[in-house]
Amino acid sequence: MASLDRVKVLVLGDSGVGKSSLVHLICQNQVFGNPSWTVGCSVDVRVQDYKEGTPEEKTFYIELWDIGGSVGSASSIKSTRAVFYNSVNGIILVHDLTNKKSSQNLYRWSMEALNKDSSPTGVIVSNGDYDREQFVENAVPLLLIGTKFDQIPENKRSEVLTRTAFLSEDFNAEEINLMTGFTDRKRFNFKSLHYD
Amino acid sequence: MSFLVDSVIMFTSQVLFFGFGWLFFMRQLFKDYEVRQYVVQVVFSVTFAFSCTMFELIIFEILGALSSTSRYFHWKLNLYVILLVLIFVVPFYIGYFVVSNIRLLQRQKLLFACMVWFTFMYFFWKLGDPFPILSPKHGILSIEQLISRVGVIGVTLMALLSGFGAVNCPYTYMSYFLRNVTDSDILALERRLLQTMDMIVSKKKRIAMTRRQMYQRGEDQNKQTGFWGMIKSVTSTQTGSENLSLIQQEVDALEELSRQLFLETVDLQATKERIEYSKTFQGKYFNFLGYFFSIYCVWKIFMATINIVFDRVGKTDPVTRGIEITVNYLGIQFDVKFWSQHISFILVGIIIVTSIRGLLITLTKFFYAISSSKSSNVIVLVLAQIMGMYFVSSVLLMRMSMPLEYRSIVTEVLGELQFNFYHRWFDVIFLVSALSSILFLYLAHKQAPEKHMAI
Repeated sequence: MASLDRVKVLVLGDSGVGKSSLVHLICQNQVFGNPSWTVGCSVDVRVQDYKEGTPEEKTFYIELWDIGGSVGSASSIKSTRAVFYNSVNGIILVHDLTNKKSSQNLYRWSMEALNKDSSPTGVIVSNGDYDREQFVENAVPLLLIGTKFDQIPENKRSEVLTRTAFLSEDFNAEEINLMTGFTDRKRFNFKSLHYD
Repeated sequence: MSFLVDSVIMFTSQVLFFGFGWLFFMRQLFKDYEVRQYVVQVVFSVTFAFSCTMFELIIFEILGALSSTSRYFHWKLNLYVILLVLIFVVPFYIGYFVVSNIRLLQRQKLLFACMVWFTFMYFFWKLGDPFPILSPKHGILSIEQLISRVGVIGVTLMALLSGFGAVNCPYTYMSYFLRNVTDSDILALERRLLQTMDMIVSKKKRIAMTRRQMYQRGEDQNKQTGFWGMIKSVTSTQTGSENLSLIQQEVDALEELSRQLFLETVDLQATKERIEYSKTFQGKYFNFLGYFFSIYCVWKIFMATINIVFDRVGKTDPVTRGIEITVNYLGIQFDVKFWSQHISFILVGIIIVTSIRGLLITLTKFFYAISSSKSSNVIVLVLAQIMGMYFVSSVLLMRMSMPLEYRSIVTEVLGELQFNFYHRWFDVIFLVSALSSILFLYLAHKQAPEKHMAI
């Protein structure tokens, strides 16, 4: 069992966007009934067959590290969180489609996770004008997930989808939008990710 | 004519305060959240605006600005509005937003909100019974009834915050209390944290793999027909699931451990940052202030005890006493009226500004600590309620700091309240709060180094 390769994926996003529910859904194939605040970091594991059915089929452990907290936390919390950001293979950025601030905060989240080496005190100087080039050269694949899509009224949906399309372009990331109850698994296809 | 001019001045200043409250809300409190219900922002800014107007009226009273009739009118108006907001509007909205968060009661939001409001009013009214606040000649719906209760709540809050602040301030400022934290301590804890996470991960991998194998075997088992096939499938899954529940229990325990380690690491990091800060120039300045404040705190506790034990209520305010001392004992002669006005203006102004600033900072810290995206509306409204009650009672208590000629308007407007009671109540609660904070901080301080010794 330990001989299987591991893939470490961070799940980042603001408080209350649905990271713990998402991780629970991916790993337990069940909807999480009673989510409460994540203190620190909670990990869950999924066994995934990569390229199933082909001769190159390989089984991996995907570790989803769900890190709690907000982007405006005290610097002591940020420095402690930084220990989780080592040797990351992928990042899932989660934002709440009904809350614009959570999407804007994703820039700061991604900077925090990717820049942990250059800013040890946790102070991120380039708050608003982050560098697109940085994300293009970025070797770590990003996936953008928007939650609570069904809580948006019908007439606003296309506007929200355009905004998130721009967002995912900025990050050079793939994009998925999810419903609240997470009952619709068909919209959710993990095999679209590929790891080097 | 002058009444019109005065009203325009008052109105402009109210609009300014409203704008300031709005900005504070947007920039400070709701920095990381999205404002979806503008009602909350409006209610908060209105409460802030009318509270500040009260302070402004006191200042005008001292300075003698505006005519006294218009001042009196605006006092009454302001008081009515703020009582309306604090007793009717804010609690109703708090009830409304609390109810909207609970999924079960979504249908009849308004009805349940009204029920919550009535419960609040009932307890609010009952609050007045044990306290000797009023003389019985006042009617049920008089303004004195409402103000007295608001005053009790506000004074309790003020005393609690004041007591805790008086003790906590020197504790935070002085570096004497800082525990010694080295980098290696932090690294050791972080290593433990990561090790625990790794253990959790490996156990979860076992669970996932076992489940997967059970699932696959389950499919194979389904192909086996007959009696023995069924029995075999039952026994194998049973042992599998027993194993799983054991591992799951271990995982739960490890997860709890990881949370504790995380919180301890955060604590150590915060202490390390404070140590670094204390070495800077600013830090040294605050350290010095800390010693000063600790003396002030001890003096305040001492005075509160004396006041309670000897049943003494100060008759004169500090300004008049100070002037008396300088005139009688130091023999310096100066124009008492002129100076008393200016000094009380400065003193009262300082008290007002520091209390507003202190309250806003405390509220912001509190808000960041406990709010989440779901409860942010409710918490802001609760903070607005606290702020309103706090400001109303500080007006009540401020009466004591003003010379006699300025006290009259406060006495006149607020009616015949037993002011002495409020001061006594403040002293009692302050003493209780300060002593329990000392106890609490002592225990917390004692416990912390032992925790780290166990590593």
